[in-house]
Amino acid sequence: MSALQYKAPTSVDEAAALLAGASGEARVLAGGTDLLVQLRAAMIAPELIVDVKHIPELTSVSVEDGVYSIGAAAASAELHENADLFAMWPGVIEAMDLVGSTQIQGRASLGGNLCNASPAADSVPAMIAASAVCVIAGPNGTREVPVEDVATGPGQTSLAKGEFVVTIRLPKKAPRTGDAYLRFIPRTEMDIAVVGVGVCLTLDEGGVCTAARVSLGAVAARALLVKDAADALIGTKCDDAAMANLDAAAQAACSPINDKRGTIEFRTKVAGVLARRATAIALERARS
Amino acid sequence: MSGNANGYKWIGTRTIRPDGVDKVTGRAAFGADFALPGMLVGKILRSPHAHARILSIDSSKAEALPGVKAIVTSADFPEIPPSEAIKGSSPPNYRHLSQNLMAREKVLYDGHAVAAVAATSAAVASEALSLISVEYEVLPHVTDVLEAMKPDAPVLHDDLFTGGVEPKPDKPSNVAKRVEFAIGDIDAGFADADVVVERDYSTEGIHQGYIETHAVVANMGEDGQATIWCSSQGHFMVRQYTAGLLNMNIGDIKVTPAEIGGGFGGKTTVYLEPVALLLSRKSGHAIKMVMTRDEVFRATGPTSGSAMTIKIGAKKDGKITAAEADLKFFAGAFPGAPVHLGCMCGFTPYDIENVKAVGFDVVTNRPKAISYRAPGAPIAAFAIESAIDELAGKLNIEPLALREMNAAREGTRTAYGPTLGVVGFEETLEAAKTHPHFSEPLGPDQGRGIASGYWFNVGGESSASVSVNEDGSVTVTSGAPDIGGSRASLCIMAAEVFGIDIGEVRAVIGDTNATAFNRHTGGSRVTFALGMVVVNAAEDCIVQLRTAAAKIWDIDVEAVVWEEGEARPAGDNAGKFEPLSLGDLAAKTPMTGGPISSEKSSNVQGPGPAFGTHICDVEVDRETGHVKILRYTAIQDAGRAIHPGYVEGQMQGGVAQGIGWALNEEYIYGDDGRLQNPGFLDYRIPVASDLPMIDTVIVEVPNPTHPYGVRGVGEIPIIPPMAAVANAIEDAVGMRLTDLPMSPPKVLEALENGG
Ligand SMILES: Cc1cc2nc3c(=O)[nH]c(=O)nc-3n(C[C@H](O)[C@H](O)[C@H](O)COP(=O)(O)OP(=O)(O)OC[C@H]3O[C@@H](n4cnc5c(N)ncnc54)[C@H](O)[C@@H]3O)c2cc1C
Repeated sequence: MSALQYKAPTSVDEAAALLAGASGEARVLAGGTDLLVQLRAAMIAPELIVDVKHIPELTSVSVEDGVYSIGAAAASAELHENADLFAMWPGVIEAMDLVGSTQIQGRASLGGNLCNASPAADSVPAMIAASAVCVIAGPNGTREVPVEDVATGPGQTSLAKGEFVVTIRLPKKAPRTGDAYLRFIPRTEMDIAVVGVGVCLTLDEGGVCTAARVSLGAVAARALLVKDAADALIGTKCDDAAMANLDAAAQAACSPINDKRGTIEFRTKVAGVLARRATAIALERARS
Repeated sequence: MSGNANGYKWIGTRTIRPDGVDKVTGRAAFGADFALPGMLVGKILRSPHAHARILSIDSSKAEALPGVKAIVTSADFPEIPPSEAIKGSSPPNYRHLSQNLMAREKVLYDGHAVAAVAATSAAVASEALSLISVEYEVLPHVTDVLEAMKPDAPVLHDDLFTGGVEPKPDKPSNVAKRVEFAIGDIDAGFADADVVVERDYSTEGIHQGYIETHAVVANMGEDGQATIWCSSQGHFMVRQYTAGLLNMNIGDIKVTPAEIGGGFGGKTTVYLEPVALLLSRKSGHAIKMVMTRDEVFRATGPTSGSAMTIKIGAKKDGKITAAEADLKFFAGAFPGAPVHLGCMCGFTPYDIENVKAVGFDVVTNRPKAISYRAPGAPIAAFAIESAIDELAGKLNIEPLALREMNAAREGTRTAYGPTLGVVGFEETLEAAKTHPHFSEPLGPDQGRGIASGYWFNVGGESSASVSVNEDGSVTVTSGAPDIGGSRASLCIMAAEVFGIDIGEVRAVIGDTNATAFNRHTGGSRVTFALGMVVVNAAEDCIVQLRTAAAKIWDIDVEAVVWEEGEARPAGDNAGKFEPLSLGDLAAKTPMTGGPISSEKSSNVQGPGPAFGTHICDVEVDRETGHVKILRYTAIQDAGRAIHPGYVEGQMQGGVAQGIGWALNEEYIYGDDGRLQNPGFLDYRIPVASDLPMIDTVIVEVPNPTHPYGVRGVGEIPIIPPMAAVANAIEDAVGMRLTDLPMSPPKVLEALENGG
């Protein structure tokens, strides 16, 4: 049993150097609501923990020309209380707000939700639908990666050794754009998504959908960006026929597993249902 | 004196919870809060297999690890031969209890204890567990009750022969026993029926879900005298079972109860205490053991799951002519499913001439089932109350009206023998019918379900003492843990008898040396049975107080009455004396014969059976199968509610647990026989936002055997909910769901298949 090292750097470069320099397993600590649970359950045994909450970029939220930069470790409760951000991206903020309870909300972060790489992570389909991009820092500088390219499978990410997410960038929102996220859980809270669907769509002045992104969670090894589902909406007024096509496309994209949380049939069917319901909310938001 | 509508000063009032402040401020000491100097940490190694033969256990590497002070396996426990399996009063089967505590030749379920270590720290103990190597020969396993009953099923115990059948089988099987309760002529009853419903039902194994995990500190003295601190539903039970398992004298063990963080029947046996004591004996140190949640799910008390068939026949006018139940309950790894209780309670709400209930107690490769509120009754009621609802539909009679037509009342003969005395079932039906909930309009995809339930309630051995302290305050000492408010109810009853302020009375739960034997807290017995003993003891104290006053006034004791908390001359003829309060008399005891106290023990009989009727509204999401509970009203005959707030709490808690049982709770086993969901993330008890405020209506039809009319109230509330929910779903979407839990995937599948 080797001793666990804890470091709390105050700059991005310092954090990158610590992570890159570790001889064994090193982990970023954001809110710890996944990490500490996994540590206690002896699922992971890192040698170094780098707490990134003392790095200003990682906990602040800024906006420039309509582009939001959200610190990867900013607590969900703070995002929820940011009225402008909430008004701009209600789907993303509501998705993150579903995570855990009031206590968890005080700690849980978008970066942690993403990098924990659970296929059921709630904020991820919402971020993908919203075209969010990660700014990633590492020993060789920074790079930008769309959110859908971060998780590669359960617990696996495309981050290289020493890399970590600094901010999550939400693009400038086009007029008449609305986003929404819905998940299915057997209870009403404190549960893991059996299916999650994020939708973001843009309408023209005549109410025709000109752009759409649909993302599904918990129905495959990672959150999916489903082009066929978006195509079912684009060029339509999101009428019943389009909704039926969306439902079918969402179902076709699913490749879930049978497990204690849901059967393949159930997850597939409900993915179609939630795709329709989330689209209806996004549509409402795009119109208003 | 302030008066209540019921004529009492304290009975029926909502006094402040005596243990409340410590509990909400976090000061109350629960099982895991106790510590002794130099104590070691004990941990248990558990089987990863559902069924396997233990070929060898090598603990030499673990023993060599610095900090490891003792290791025990089944070889360290006395082997209890079949001839000594049953000993003492109302005993467990000690042979099975011992085998469950620590596996002998075979492990019988995922989580079965195999060895235990004591070490200087939790980290060392965990490492030691990983160093113990156990060689297993994995055997085929069976976790399903119907599979376990098949002739070619893997057999768990080669010495288990089905009891209750003639002739005695010549081959062992997993069917431990068959029970039957019958009255009348079942065939004639069905021949007489115009309408018959018959259907199969099933329920899954579910856990009591108490928040506090099992915890103990045990210390074996050099002289062989043992002390145990733990939370349980009966410290006398812990003492008796531990002595029986370790071949000790009961008098050599003292058990001190901690506050209990929930039991619901699950803490009516021992898992850790004898193990900790043996580790203490071997290491020479006190041992502390605290289970993890994973251990609680894998190795402690679920209640049975079941496969059931119910058949009920009735005349066109609604009169039920015959009712038959075939109940197969799995018991887990050792016999003892509460199937006989299901057979006894299921049809008792109804006055039926011809009844037959047959039950089978079946072992499977799961943890050994233990009591859960009204053991057995909720399982049977799910099926039977669903069948009653279906029958009502077929007869085109409103379900509550059908229940009224057939309701059991005073004089109704039950299928299991006794004839009912004064009971309040019809009163609960009447209260349901007149409740605004019953006639509130419903929206689309919404439905309403009604279900009733019966529990006989329990009395039993109870001991308590009541002492008047030097200043006139009163201490009530009893020996049954307070799991549902018994300290409050005992204080209220004592204050009523003495006629003093409630703040002058304190109730304490004494250790096993403080009172004589008490049966464990369970079956809703304590407020009823201990209440009677406390009332008797308090009344005895009053006689002593009157005697003391008579002595001071130099008059006959008959000339002294006790009124409003003081001794008064019986009338003008008795003489003119200033009344003597409890405080006055307490101060004078050195001159009047010594301290005033009374200790009583009794095997209390005559618990009042009780009934409940529930109304549940649901809304079904037809596209996802999600069921939302919109409104819930629980109505129950409490005999007399000593403290209505606690009775309502019992009702709401039972309903919450029943809704969990109905909708999402289940033990999920993989094909490998391992439990897939040993934690609260995937074992889904309801969260607060899943439930509406649960309305309660207390009906009071006093139990004539109790001085204040008490009936037990803790069991009934968990009996009707599963059927109430199922009946509401049927009302909403026209689909009868027969398998618990009615989780979204099952509901959606049923909707798609058209039922
Ligand atoms: C009671 C409870 C309920 C929960 N409910 C939900 C729920 O409903 N939905 C849901 O999706 N999740 C839920 N979670 C999981 C968890 O809260 C979320 O995933 C949360 O967003 C994680 O954020 P965090 O800041 O706490 O991450 P941490 O635990 O700090 O980190 C999680 C992982 O990501 C890595 N990481 C963190 N930040 C970065 C970064 N900036 N760059 C690179 N790697 C990083 C860490 O090394 C770790 O591996 C729940 C957890 C609990 C305990």
